[in-house]
Amino acid sequence: MDLQIALLLSQDGIVNGSIYALLALALVLVFAVTRVIFIPQGEFVAYGALTLAAFQAGKTPGTLWLLLGAGVLVALIDTVIAVRAGAPGRLKRIALWDLALPAVVAGLVLGLQPATLPLAAQVALALAVVVPLGPMLYRLAYQPLAEASVLVLLIVSVAVHLALVGLGLLFFGAEGSRTTPFSEAQFNLGTLTVNGQTLWVLGASCVLIVALALFFGRTLYGKALRATAINRVGARLMGISTSMAGKLSFTLAAGIGALSGILIAPITTIYYDTGFLVGLKGFVAAIIAGLASYPLAAAGAILVGLLESFSSFWASAFKEVIVFTLIIPVLLWRSLTSHHVEEEE
Amino acid sequence: MMTTPILEIRELCVSYGKVEALHHINLKVAAGQIVTVIGPNGAGKTTMLSAIMGLLPSKGEIEFQGEVQRDIEVEHLVAMGMTLVPEKRELFGEMSVEDNLLLGAFQRYRHGDRDEGKTMDQVFATFPRLKERRAQLAGTLSGGERQMLAVGRALMAKPKLLMLDEPSLGLAPLIVREIFHIIADLKKTGVAILLVEQNARAALQIADYGYVLETGSVALEGESRQLADDPRVVETYLGLGGKKQ
Ligand SMILES: Nc1ncnc2c1ncn2[C@@H]1O[C@H](COP(=O)(O)OP(=O)(O)OP(=O)(O)O)[C@@H](O)[C@H]1O
Ligand SMILES: [Mg+2]
Repeated sequence: MDLQIALLLSQDGIVNGSIYALLALALVLVFAVTRVIFIPQGEFVAYGALTLAAFQAGKTPGTLWLLLGAGVLVALIDTVIAVRAGAPGRLKRIALWDLALPAVVAGLVLGLQPATLPLAAQVALALAVVVPLGPMLYRLAYQPLAEASVLVLLIVSVAVHLALVGLGLLFFGAEGSRTTPFSEAQFNLGTLTVNGQTLWVLGASCVLIVALALFFGRTLYGKALRATAINRVGARLMGISTSMAGKLSFTLAAGIGALSGILIAPITTIYYDTGFLVGLKGFVAAIIAGLASYPLAAAGAILVGLLESFSSFWASAFKEVIVFTLIIPVLLWRSLTSHHVEEEE
Repeated sequence: MMTTPILEIRELCVSYGKVEALHHINLKVAAGQIVTVIGPNGAGKTTMLSAIMGLLPSKGEIEFQGEVQRDIEVEHLVAMGMTLVPEKRELFGEMSVEDNLLLGAFQRYRHGDRDEGKTMDQVFATFPRLKERRAQLAGTLSGGERQMLAVGRALMAKPKLLMLDEPSLGLAPLIVREIFHIIADLKKTGVAILLVEQNARAALQIADYGYVLETGSVALEGESRQLADDPRVVETYLGLGGKKQ
C-alpha cells in the first residue's frame, strides 16, 4: 500500500467515523437518560436520507403519513389521560405539538412542491418530517415502560426497529436512493483529492459535536438531562420529569440520526434498511465507551471508521466481520476492568 | 393556634407490597410554621414524606394549598411549591456545586422565572461554605457540606413548603446546631417546614407543633412545648442521656 492509498482510506475512514461518532453520541445520550438501547437510531438515518430523496424525486414521502398518524395517536392517548386526571391545562400542549405541528409540516410539504425548493429548504423540511417522530416514538413505545428493566426496554427496541424497517420498505420501496451533493467542489491537497461533500460531513459533525457540548455544559436543559442521567430521583425532585427528559433526548437522537442520513446520502446509496448497519457501527463505538463517556465514544467511532475503510481494502469481503469482531476484545477488556457502578446515592 | 393549613393529609396509608407501613395518618402543616415529626427508626417517617411528595403510591387524601391532589405527580407538586430534601440527599455527584444549585431552580426556570442568579446569591449568603466550594463536584463534598448543598438546592426552588428528612443525620454537634439555626431562620422568610428528625430535643425546640410517629401510626401530637413536657416523650425521646439514636 502506498501513501496515497493510505491517505485515501484514512479520509474515508474519518468521514464515516465522524458519522458513527454522531450516532454513538446519540446512543450514549439516550441510554444515559432513559436506559433505552436505541436500536431504531439507524432507522432515523434511513428515514432522513430517504425523505430528502423523495422530495428531490418529486414524491411525497410516506414518513409524512407516519408523522400525522403518530401525532393523532399520541394526542388521543394523552387527551384521555389528561381528562381522567382532571388536568385540562395539558390539552393546549397536546394540540400544539401532536396535531398542529404535524399538520403545518404536512401543509408545507404538500403545498410547496419541495422538488423545486433550494437544497437547504429541502433539508429543513425533511428534518421537520422525521425529527418529531423521535419524541412521539418515546411517548408511544417507551414512556409507559419508564420503570422497566434494561432488558425489557431492549426487547421493545428490537420490536420498534423491526416495525420501522418494515414501514421503511412500505414507504420507500426496495430500491436505494442518493441525493444531490451539498457542494460539487473539489480540492487538491497534494496528491489527495477531497470533495466538497466530505468537507460538509466533517464540518457538520464538528459543529454538531461542539453544539452538543455547549448544550450539555452551558444550558439548564442540557444540565437537566445530565442530572436525570446521574440521579433520576434527584432530578424528579427538582421538577425534571423523566418523560420530559426522555422526549428531549429522543428528539436530539432523532435529529442527529436524520441529519447523519442526510449528510451521507450524497456519498452512499441509502436503502430502507441501510440505517441498521450504520447505527450498529455507532453502537460498537458507544460500547467501546461503555455507553457512558462521550469523548471515548467519539474516539471509538473514528477507530471504527478507520478499521472499516482499511479492512475494506485488505479484505473487503470481511470488512463487516472485522468491524464487529472488534467488539469482542473491547467487551472482554471492559468486563475485566470495569467495576460495575449501580445507582449511587 | 393553627391557621389555614398549607398541607393537610387525611387517612394516608402506604404499603410496600402486602405490608402496610403507614396506617391512616392525619397531619397538618399551617402556613409559615415548623411542624416536626419524630419517631424511632423504621417508624415510617421517610415513607410518609415520600408518599406526600408523590414518590410512592398511597391511599388517602393529600391537600396542598387548598387543592386535593388527585393524580399526584412529583413534578407537578414541585411546580406548586413543595420541595423535599430526601434522606439520601440525591445530589448530582458528578456535577459542580453551582450546577446542583442551578438545577434546584429548574422548575421555576421552566415556567419563565429568570432570577436564579439572585436566588443563588441568597443561598450563598445562608451557606458561605457552598460559595467557597462552588466549582467543586458535589460527590467530593464532606458530609456536612453535602447536607448544606441539599438544603441550598431545595431553597433554589423558592418553596412554599419545605420538607426535610433528618437534616442532622450524621453531622457533628456544632454543625447540627448551625443547621437548626438556619431552619429556624428560614421560618422567618415565610416558608412552612415539615421537619422529620431523630434529634427530638433540637427539633422540638424550633418547631411549633409536633407529631410522634411509632410503627406507622401517629402515637402522640401536640404543641411542641407540651410535647417536650409529655412524660412519654421525655422518657423515650428526650431521656436523661439526651437524644436517642
Ligand atoms: N422499599 C421498601 N420496601 C419494603 N419495606 C420498606 C421499604 N422502605 C421502607 N420499608 C419499611 O417501612 C418501614 C418504615 O421505613 P421508613 O424508612 O419510612 O422509616 P423511618 O421512620 O424513616 O426510619 P429512619 O429513622 O431509620 O429513617 C420500615 O419497617 C422499613 O423496613
Ligand atoms: Mg427515614
